[in-house]
Amino acid sequence: MTTLEFVNVSKRYRVRGASTMLALDDVSFTLHDRETIALVGQSGSGKSTIAKILTQLETPTSGEVLLNGKPIPRHGRGLRSYRQTLRMIFQDPFGSLNPCHTIRYHIERPLRLDNVVPQNETETEVRRLLERVRLDADAVIDRRPHELSGGQRQRVAIARALASRPSLLVADEPVSMLDVSIRLGVLNLLADLQREEGLGVLYITHDLATARHFSDQIMVLHQGRVVEHGPADDVILHPQHEYTRELRSASPDPEKHFATASTRPQGGVA
Amino acid sequence: MHDPLLTVHDFSIVYDVDPPVQAVKNVTLELQRGEILGLAGESGCGKTTLAYGLQRLLRAPAVIASGSVTFHDASGVDIDVNALDVEEMRRFRWDKISMVFQGAMNALNPVTTIGAQLDDVFRVHRPELSRRERRAACEELLELVAVGRERIRSFPHELSGGMRQRVMIAMALALRPQLMVMDEPTTALDVLVQRDILRQISMLRHEFGFSVIFITHDLPLLLEISDRIAVMRGGEIIELAPARELWEHPQHEYTKTLLASFPRLTGERGVLVR
Repeated sequence: MTTLEFVNVSKRYRVRGASTMLALDDVSFTLHDRETIALVGQSGSGKSTIAKILTQLETPTSGEVLLNGKPIPRHGRGLRSYRQTLRMIFQDPFGSLNPCHTIRYHIERPLRLDNVVPQNETETEVRRLLERVRLDADAVIDRRPHELSGGQRQRVAIARALASRPSLLVADEPVSMLDVSIRLGVLNLLADLQREEGLGVLYITHDLATARHFSDQIMVLHQGRVVEHGPADDVILHPQHEYTRELRSASPDPEKHFATASTRPQGGVA
Repeated sequence: MHDPLLTVHDFSIVYDVDPPVQAVKNVTLELQRGEILGLAGESGCGKTTLAYGLQRLLRAPAVIASGSVTFHDASGVDIDVNALDVEEMRRFRWDKISMVFQGAMNALNPVTTIGAQLDDVFRVHRPELSRRERRAACEELLELVAVGRERIRSFPHELSGGMRQRVMIAMALALRPQLMVMDEPTTALDVLVQRDILRQISMLRHEFGFSVIFITHDLPLLLEISDRIAVMRGGEIIELAPARELWEHPQHEYTKTLLASFPRLTGERGVLVR
């Protein structure tokens, strides 16, 4: 059982000397393993600041982040073991893999650094992980990132995140750089892994449709504040906050469009 | 209504490399005046190549292998786009057909003001205008797209992504073209800004009556804004139908697959299966 808590977390960035910017304002939530929370909001709402604090790339100005009730160590072995528990999948699979190294290397590194399996089993484990994300291990293991498609690269990034056997994953817009026709495939893979490995996933996105599809809960962030947080269907189908309603009506929804647009001429946006 | 603006007949584009790649295959379509035509398909299906090819914007090794593009000018003259010489082409582009480029947010020149970049359009295409008239025209454009005339001396980096996108639209609108080609104009923007810009485009279209070819892979978005949608795959248009028809009765298997790659926002959980 793993529980990660944000307790009244605020983050203030200093902007050009004297002035400051409140990026997160009193944010609290709890992420358990075996559940997916979607974090939605527009650009600049603070989504990435939450990811940075979760991975300890930034520290909160006030408030606390607790793992199983204990504060996260700021450095040393404690921090390393925390980062083994929580892994990140980045938005850009073209930028998050090192072009100089083979796929084998990318997945071996966390296995060795975190001593996940004995040395002589590394190769088997790398292959197992690649098969786990539904890649043909023989075909990709000796390749370099540029030889793979965007979707394959993102699968490698997912395999790498899984290598340390984390219990929590932070996925920051994991499919927004991928072609539409393969987005759903990668998201379905993430959902399967989440279920099978009992992971807790924080899915950061601005796409409400996939947020609803893949999450148990949705948390809506607006100007650094959580304005709405609840079961996914409730938040999307019966939004309480004005801002959530605004986000929803801005998202393309052909079903609603064709249901309500029957009386007016085609084309254009009301 | 039958009032075509652009007639494309049996249009093919080949990338003359080894082996040659047929990027656009025998496309035939007719764009109506004032219509929004959506062009959908996954990466590499040829939608951008087709849009560029219509205006002869492609460079070697791309070759227009066959077919014709005829522009039915508002003046009543039919223009055979493939037959224009260099000078005629220079005058034709932007004046009749303008373009909002993919990644438009980064398409502005970072070292000059947006005012100077808008001014360029008029200096080249409307040399008879005085400096003062050009300035007035630029200010009017910035007002039209809701950026505001006071931003005329701003540099691109001083504007948000959405504002830069609006500047690109202003630039495309400058000469009141009859057709605007938009290549993924809102892809990098968040939903609220995207909706805002779509409203703007739709408003401007009502005001000026231009046609739009809107390229994106975001099918739910296209369904909402387009009159008709063309679905491309492997360089071919495999289905072309009014938006509602495509939504209610998609004919081609691939169109159904494409629809099914989007989860539904409302209604039952699941994907957009018809």
